[in-house]
Amino acid sequence: MVIKPSFGRRAFLVSNLIFLAFISFLCLMPIIHILAISFSSGSAAAAGKVALWPVEFTTAAYDNVFGKPEYVRAFGISIQRVVVGTALSMLLTIVTAYPLSKDRNTFRLRTVYAWIFVFTILFNGGLIPTYLTIKSLGLIDSLGALVFPMAINVFNVILLLNFYRNLPRELEDASRIDGAGHFSTLWKIYVPLSLPALATTGLFTMVGHWNSWFDGMLYMNHPENYPLQTFLQTVIIKMDFRFLKSENVELMLQLSDRTSRAAQIFVAAFPILIVYPFLQRFFIKGIVMGSVKE
Amino acid sequence: MNSLTRMWKKEWPLHLMLLPGLAFIIIFSYIPMSGIMMAFQKYVPNKGLFGSPFIGWRNFQLLMDYPDIRRVFFNTVYIAVMKIVAGLFVPITIAILLNELRREWIKRTFQTLVYLPHFLSWVLLSGILVDILSPSSGIFNQMLGWFGIKPIFFLGDNNWFPYVMVISDVWKEFGFGTIVYLAALTGINPTLYEAAEIDGAGRWKQTLHVTLPGMMPIIVLMLTLNIGNVLNAGFDQIFNLYSAPVYESADIIDTFVYRMGIQQAQFGFATAVGLLKSVVSFIFISVSYVLAYRLANYRIF
Repeated sequence: MVIKPSFGRRAFLVSNLIFLAFISFLCLMPIIHILAISFSSGSAAAAGKVALWPVEFTTAAYDNVFGKPEYVRAFGISIQRVVVGTALSMLLTIVTAYPLSKDRNTFRLRTVYAWIFVFTILFNGGLIPTYLTIKSLGLIDSLGALVFPMAINVFNVILLLNFYRNLPRELEDASRIDGAGHFSTLWKIYVPLSLPALATTGLFTMVGHWNSWFDGMLYMNHPENYPLQTFLQTVIIKMDFRFLKSENVELMLQLSDRTSRAAQIFVAAFPILIVYPFLQRFFIKGIVMGSVKE
Repeated sequence: MNSLTRMWKKEWPLHLMLLPGLAFIIIFSYIPMSGIMMAFQKYVPNKGLFGSPFIGWRNFQLLMDYPDIRRVFFNTVYIAVMKIVAGLFVPITIAILLNELRREWIKRTFQTLVYLPHFLSWVLLSGILVDILSPSSGIFNQMLGWFGIKPIFFLGDNNWFPYVMVISDVWKEFGFGTIVYLAALTGINPTLYEAAEIDGAGRWKQTLHVTLPGMMPIIVLMLTLNIGNVLNAGFDQIFNLYSAPVYESADIIDTFVYRMGIQQAQFGFATAVGLLKSVVSFIFISVSYVLAYRLANYRIF
């Protein structure tokens, strides 16, 4: 039997729908606005005529951005750090989480090790000592400075180890009886079964590397080595053009022009815009299951 | 001895697996911790950590006498606490409202949209915010103009800056914050709602007496875990949005340390400020984990 909802209930449902649609639009609007500006003519953008649709449509800003070797090179460095950084990080997270997911009877020193890792969440040396360590290791101006310090993310290790723990124990027992050692149990049982958690941590690591800008600014002395976000930070936010080799003023003006700024922002956001909706169901599942403990 | 060797025989692969991860955190987390010695030194870069003279608490004394330091600490806590409170209230409300949507695809579409800003960096969002909030050509000030309000320089005005930080941070993170609360909502036993309905409770009463109590454990948990963030006002955001005219209301510990240490190369002094922050944060985070364990039976691992 279906009871027809009361008037008050229907009024609530409709206004709730409108309210949430408005809220969602608020999250999307700034991106659309930037996209509209990037496809508008310079004069229309400067005059503030653009809202959510391009005025005097042109792709000049994009021609401009992709024509700049500095931008293209920074984009390449970001891709490099995402690929290398995520691969290294995932490998380390998978093997680190496994021993830590064992109970005390299987792995006597587990708690000691776990605290060594967790302590780094609670306390850190701070900005200056970390900077000087990287410097004395000779990592300045190398990809290592961007990839190694982020290689172990303890939060991801915890998420994965909690996920491992919720897998049925019988699976592991069975594989042990079949004579599999720890390495093959991890590789053949744990890894295939924890794909949602791996997709989650993998996504977060990729996004983290793509979005990271401060390390580039600290550890790269030569702007040719800047990843994209650091490059944008200097050009768009700080409007600092000293490092651009080319001396012509035109280049400077083009890069700081409103439409070009918008195009650079949109191109940098684009990889994320296409990746995250597809992984949404994984990360929700991964977060929820990784955080449930018995 | 015998049992030790037996243990080693059984457990060596597990130790081996931890080795690479341990190496990384020792090099990149523990070795920098030894660098906090600098806080008690007059650090000279070419003499290094072991050659620089120790000066006791001088750096901390300097810090206490530094004219703007109270301001910096106040700004940090003020912005951080507002972010924690708003960052709790907004996601909970939106999660409850999203949960009322009956059509799965509408709910999913809205969720996808509100998660979006979380995944963009503060560099990009700052670029967008600077454009939107620009007093001369920004769309937001244009919209205010329709109501006869004169353009406001949101990012250059000390009266506005901290609130712009809180609002834009909530805007970026509330969608992602709804995930845990939505998960908690699906965990509430539906028979409780049926029972409440039979007792004559309407939708609003059900929210008040079934939904909210059902979410309480996770709300308490999130609140306690956030205590550890009292000194994290958001470096990425503020660094990309502030400028000298708003230092008065915008300068926080992290930006201060950056300017002192990296830009002015006062390594010892900056490390002292950073150490003070690390120690206080350590206490707050530890307390929050203990509380979370006591109140919500939460364990990190």
